[in-house]
Amino acid sequence: MTSEQQIETLVTPEMEARKGVWENLRISPPIAESDIRKWAIASYWPDTPPRLFWDHEYAKGTRWGGIIAPNDFNPFAWPIDRPRTAGGAPQGMGSTPGTRGMNGGQVETFGVPMRAGDVITSRTRLKEWNERTTRLGLTLFSETEMEWRNQNGELVKTRISTGIRY
Amino acid sequence: MAVNVHFEDVKVGDEIPAWSRTTDFMSWNRYAAVNDEFVYIHMDDEAGRKALNERGAFGMGNLRYTYMLDALRDWIGDEAEIRECGVQYRAINQKNDTLTVTGKITDKKVEAGENRVYLEMNVVNQNGEPTCPGHAVVVLPSKG
Repeated sequence: MTSEQQIETLVTPEMEARKGVWENLRISPPIAESDIRKWAIASYWPDTPPRLFWDHEYAKGTRWGGIIAPNDFNPFAWPIDRPRTAGGAPQGMGSTPGTRGMNGGQVETFGVPMRAGDVITSRTRLKEWNERTTRLGLTLFSETEMEWRNQNGELVKTRISTGIRY
Repeated sequence: MAVNVHFEDVKVGDEIPAWSRTTDFMSWNRYAAVNDEFVYIHMDDEAGRKALNERGAFGMGNLRYTYMLDALRDWIGDEAEIRECGVQYRAINQKNDTLTVTGKITDKKVEAGENRVYLEMNVVNQNGEPTCPGHAVVVLPSKG
């Protein structure tokens, strides 16, 4: 049985091999205006969301010239193909040392907004990591960079996510 | 056009208007439905307790991030832009919490041709406890 004291590092050879390598290329379905409206309603609930996200006539008069999506809109939600996990648990989440994890947060930098009809291409790479002993024991903080571009190659956003494993 | 605030009108130390939501399964489920974020710890009290949260199911971090962006959008209006936003999840969003987004201007400068305003952000619960410290950069229109 593996004890917490026996683990010398949570960095795996797979991580070393993947570091800096762009992967997980995904292409979204075309964004539907109705998806933008639903997203805005859910995220502003119970208040009415800004007209910029659902009112054509209003949005035409803004600098954007039409409806745009909220910054956090996710065009990759509801894919047909997806990993199936037992009990709906997030992948890789366990209860033993080194397999426990949590979301450490993210920083997003935004470029052009997403609009109805856009097709977004996403790619990710393991950027870097930092391992140290915390109150949780040996803890690995890993940064994953995600980049989204639209069908014109314009940068929509970059996201640096911090994953915590302990 | 909705210009809520001009670059010239803000100064370091200013705070954004308070923006609050009381969260429960209604708000969590609506967000889960659009973001396809169905995880038992956010849906089921027993699963939440198994994840060591005694009070049961708890809210998703992504929704608090969304609240931060919404508060910024409501403050800056439709002619401005959110250039950057970041959060760290430090505490749990419990059921029926009233969350308030806070933001304080820490800097303003013209950079890369943009009128950028820097903010220190957080989402605070009804007990005054900060749950996710963060930061943001917004680009405001100029009066000129």
